[in-house]
Amino acid sequence: MIHSLFVINSSGDVFMEKHWKAVIPRSVCDYFFEAQNKASSMDDVPPVIETPHHYLISIYRCNIFFVAVCKSEVPPLFVIEFLHRVVDTFRDYFNDCSETIIKENYVVVYELLDEMLDNGFPLATESNILKELIKPPNILRTVVNSVTGKSNVSETLPTGQLSNVPWRRSGVKYTNNEAYFDVIEEVDAIIDTSGGMVSAEIHGYIDCVVKLTGMPDLTMSFMNPRMFDDTSFHPCVRFKRWEAEKILSFIPPDGSFRLMSYLIGSQNAVAIPVYARHNLYFSPAGHGKLDLTLGPKQTMGRQLENVKVEIPMPKVVLNCTLTSSQGKYAFDPVSKVLNWDVGKIDPQKLPNIRGTINIQNGATAPESNPTLNVSFTITQMAVSGLKVSRLDLYGEKYKPFKGVKYITKAGRFQIRM
Amino acid sequence: MTDSKYFTTTKKGEIFELKSELNSDKKEKKREAVKKVIASMTVGKDVSALFPDVANCMQTDNLELKKLVYLYLMNYAKSQPDMAIMAVNTFVKDCEDPNPLIRALAVRTMGCIRVDKITEYLCEPLRKCLKDDDPYVRKTAAVSVAKLHDINAALVEEQGFLDSLKDLLSDSNPMVVANAVAALSEINEASATGRPLIEMNAPTINKLLTALNECTEWGQVFILDSLSNYTPKDEREAQSICERITPRLAHANAAVVLSAVKVLMKYMEMMGQDAEFVVSLSKKLAPPLVTLLSSEPEVQYVALRNINLIIQKRPDILKHEMKVFFVKYNDPIYVKLEKLDIMIRLASQNNIAQVLSELKEYATEVDVDFVRKSVRAIGRCAIKVEQSAERCVSTLLDLIQTKVNYVVQEAIVVIKDIFRKYPNKYESIIATLCENLDTLDEPEARASMIWIIGEYAERIDNADELLESFLDSFQDENTQVQLQLLTAIVKLFLKRPTDTQELVQQVLSLATQDSDNPDLRDRGFIYWRLLSTDPAAAKEVVLAEKPLISEETDLIEPTLLDELICHIASLASVYHKPPTAFVEGTGGLKRALPSRSGEEDASVMATGGASASVIPEPGSLIGDLLSMDIGGGGSTAGAGGTGNVDILGGGLDILGGTAPSAPSTNSLLGDIFGLSGTSSTTFHIPPKQVWLPAPKGKGMEISGTFSRKNGQIHMVLTFSNKAMQPMNQFAVQLNKNSFGLIPAQALNVPNIPPNQSLDISLPLNTNGPVQKMEPLTNLQVAIKNNIDVFYFACVMPIHVFFTEDGNMEKKVFLATWKDIPSANEVQFTLENIECNADGVSTKMNQNNVFTVAKRHLEGQDMVYQSMKFTNDVWALAELKIQPGNPSVTLAIKSRALDVCHSIFAIYDTILHN
Repeated sequence: MIHSLFVINSSGDVFMEKHWKAVIPRSVCDYFFEAQNKASSMDDVPPVIETPHHYLISIYRCNIFFVAVCKSEVPPLFVIEFLHRVVDTFRDYFNDCSETIIKENYVVVYELLDEMLDNGFPLATESNILKELIKPPNILRTVVNSVTGKSNVSETLPTGQLSNVPWRRSGVKYTNNEAYFDVIEEVDAIIDTSGGMVSAEIHGYIDCVVKLTGMPDLTMSFMNPRMFDDTSFHPCVRFKRWEAEKILSFIPPDGSFRLMSYLIGSQNAVAIPVYARHNLYFSPAGHGKLDLTLGPKQTMGRQLENVKVEIPMPKVVLNCTLTSSQGKYAFDPVSKVLNWDVGKIDPQKLPNIRGTINIQNGATAPESNPTLNVSFTITQMAVSGLKVSRLDLYGEKYKPFKGVKYITKAGRFQIRM
Repeated sequence: MTDSKYFTTTKKGEIFELKSELNSDKKEKKREAVKKVIASMTVGKDVSALFPDVANCMQTDNLELKKLVYLYLMNYAKSQPDMAIMAVNTFVKDCEDPNPLIRALAVRTMGCIRVDKITEYLCEPLRKCLKDDDPYVRKTAAVSVAKLHDINAALVEEQGFLDSLKDLLSDSNPMVVANAVAALSEINEASATGRPLIEMNAPTINKLLTALNECTEWGQVFILDSLSNYTPKDEREAQSICERITPRLAHANAAVVLSAVKVLMKYMEMMGQDAEFVVSLSKKLAPPLVTLLSSEPEVQYVALRNINLIIQKRPDILKHEMKVFFVKYNDPIYVKLEKLDIMIRLASQNNIAQVLSELKEYATEVDVDFVRKSVRAIGRCAIKVEQSAERCVSTLLDLIQTKVNYVVQEAIVVIKDIFRKYPNKYESIIATLCENLDTLDEPEARASMIWIIGEYAERIDNADELLESFLDSFQDENTQVQLQLLTAIVKLFLKRPTDTQELVQQVLSLATQDSDNPDLRDRGFIYWRLLSTDPAAAKEVVLAEKPLISEETDLIEPTLLDELICHIASLASVYHKPPTAFVEGTGGLKRALPSRSGEEDASVMATGGASASVIPEPGSLIGDLLSMDIGGGGSTAGAGGTGNVDILGGGLDILGGTAPSAPSTNSLLGDIFGLSGTSSTTFHIPPKQVWLPAPKGKGMEISGTFSRKNGQIHMVLTFSNKAMQPMNQFAVQLNKNSFGLIPAQALNVPNIPPNQSLDISLPLNTNGPVQKMEPLTNLQVAIKNNIDVFYFACVMPIHVFFTEDGNMEKKVFLATWKDIPSANEVQFTLENIECNADGVSTKMNQNNVFTVAKRHLEGQDMVYQSMKFTNDVWALAELKIQPGNPSVTLAIKSRALDVCHSIFAIYDTILHN
């Protein structure tokens, strides 16, 4: 299983290491650096690297590489999932994950890693349980601890860890009982030059914040539960009930968690809520012209918000002189990325950006046009049409406050120009 | 306040400062000091000098401090074993603590202290903890057994911890079960025998399946992985297990999903392929696999590598999901390349239009590697889907018009393959190709272009000029290009002999006189001789019809694929290599797909057992064999280099094969050399036996025998390539053996294309390292090729070791016979011998068993014979033959008693032949 973990920043320094079995010397990372040097960008470093005696399985998140060292045949996804869980936990504890933050919290990080993995086997990875074992740092607690001499490490065994509902601790009490559900859908799409859809799918998930007293047993049903092409659930969901009745029945964890995620697209038609009229051409003389207009489509009357456009320009582009009818634009001459922060789209007055693009002297015009990356949000609508019809509470007597919110976002939404 | 304050250094020296703080009376100060120590350790600073001071802090009520000290101990105990002993007492005490958290912490930490002396003290507390009332302690103790096994395997077995672990499989708590499974499978993997520790039977499986529903996601992965090692009794059982596993496909954790896919894929093999259950299960597999592709790029990568295997085994599963493999421009390159691979595999008549327009899009991207692979992909589509070939060709032509150098070169390479696949169909584009001649600077593109010119020389008016232009720089070209140019010009000459004579002479002299490359020289000489002796034959050879190239040259060979399917979700599935090929120290972990009937397996076993006694534990031998260095690398490198040209040269493969001296692709030649072991020689050569059956050799079948010619022992081998890929880079090794046999030369086997076989005779010397084998004539052989290293054992007929100078003088014979004690005499009876004393004499003489004297005594013929082994051991034989009686008594005397049985066996064989 996982022998060691090295945390490496983007300039190639190992700034943290943890060994769960014998200490493996840092030199093993040289193989990783070799691969890193070969890759054209940080994202391109292959996640599984073979060395004569070890296997290096890495993830790249928050501009940091987390490199796990394994000695024997392991399921690589197991390691990758675990590493992502580690990053999630750090973000959960420290609100962010960066080199500085890890360095500032070395001891907690070390304690966490030790709690999460024993001899290479995951021990406790549920955020609820970890938080009971090791309290997240905050200023108040630090002050209190230094006065009372207490520590942020729990002295008792977390109650939930071995029960039938390991995700929930017992004895939860709230004065206001509330449960909020966000149905979030992300549209992944590739649109070709002429506006035709090459591929499109919706990745949806239901994120919850549940603050309910005692051991509540919830059921949630949908108006149209048969539209999912694939679903995956939090372990709390009773799968048999879903199979039989298409009803989500579960005892929720305390706090925030992801109840389910789903995929719609391979078999169903997907609505594309935005379109682009674009014109980009490079003349052989050494300059180019860009004219881009965005507009809403199939939004059922809802407004497109937080619209942003990202265009990775070809390497030969020096600068862009553009005027936009709304929002600001910026061109980064180093990364050659043009960003246009559009904001809201008013269907009456479509946002437009146009102008000239300057190309390096003497360089030939690029062969192909770049791809537009669009991001947007639509509130109060799930683009798939999914609707929650009922939410019921059993097992407890109080009446909780319930709320469901729908959001549609762009996932990896790309328009070829 | 943050932990970065722990790094502030003082002038006096950090270590000194920390030492005094650690010994402070104030608890608070102590704790802060330990934190500083841990922080230094985390960044890789050496703070081992503080060991005694930190260890002193261990006796504390403060759990955080205790944990920190334990963290420190785990890291440094190994470097300070004597000091670590000091900690043992506290551990033992903590294991009795009323707080389960502390008990668990203690047993957990003790296991991490990798010091031999400490392990003995660990046993008692561990035993207690394995039976603890608290499941948290039990589950921690289960893992500790695996840790202890890693440090001292023998101790774990002595103390019976394995049985305790097995008991935990029936624990009431699912987490304990999951951890016990995990620990057992880790111990299993580490153990040398590779024999499974858990006997998988119906009750165990039931327990695991129950725990599967309740334990954590990580536990589920362990349980699913052990389930994949189990082969259900029958279809019904497989089906019911599948039903219970299917819900795992809806798990949020990608590792659980993929491990579940593995078990299902394996068990599906056991069911009728058209069964309703299999069909519906196949349908259920697609959505979760698609969902994996929307996760993080690292997860996508592993998923894609596995999907690549899955669709080769069951193409139907994802046949409608082509779109999800379309590449997004900001995918990491490793994801892009994998997606391309899968797109080609899924390409079919129905979706080819879509695929092509995508590929064309990719071919204009920025990343060079990706663009190249996209262009290649277009060519592969043309070869795979015949209906699309025309569209592919026109797409490629469009790409050539872009004049982007590497796109043009790549396009020309694939167009050459399209020409091979669909001859006389697209030659109209040759003119366009020729326009780009000057821009080609990569060997493969140049070679492809030259091949096209040579192949269609009669249609290209200025073919001679074009080829001549290449000839100017002949010396500077890559070998691949040189070979191709040579062949192309010869083709041209055969097609247009009148005006190209000068050209062909020029190239032949360049190839044969000015080149150092043996491949090139050989090929040049062959052409030269062919052309000068029989131009008609040359035409038949050089312009022979070429075999069609196969549609899917890149498919994984079926036996390997089946093995890899059993390893879905593991590293093997990412590398597409069996674990034995890269994991260190794995014993017999080879897995095979269960077969539906089971008959097939049985027959393979039967032939395997009868023909060659396969070395029981390859693991134990690997070290031995590998430490001798595998020879023949040098000679096979050349063969590897020309691999590409073979495809181009088409009919020339056969000629290429005859160039080196020993091997011959033609078994007729073998006959002439007397290699194939028919009765044309008088020396007895046992018939060939299959030593390495194809399933064991990943498609390579080896059969062979031994012979003796001109005083040298030969191993006569037939290699048959039953795999779907060419085999090359052969090498051979013999393990130490009773007679010191070693190869006299490297194994000279060229590239063997699929479905071809090759006879070869390998001369052996007897001056190698000697080690007595049981039986004496056992020989263990390792054969390597580009796929793997294979081990097998064979039995040598003993008479190949009889030397030609084994005729003993009569007097010496008499003296020796008396000299050897009668204890060293062994008597045998040979039954059903039909020939008389003279017949026996001549037969044995031909096999270097010499008749020293013959006598007639009381109606019996007495024949005295002698033989000498290569290692100068003598053996003497006395035969009593009664005319008319088919039974012959054979008495053998030798100082080395061991040989007698083998000698008897060979008498028996030869006289019955």
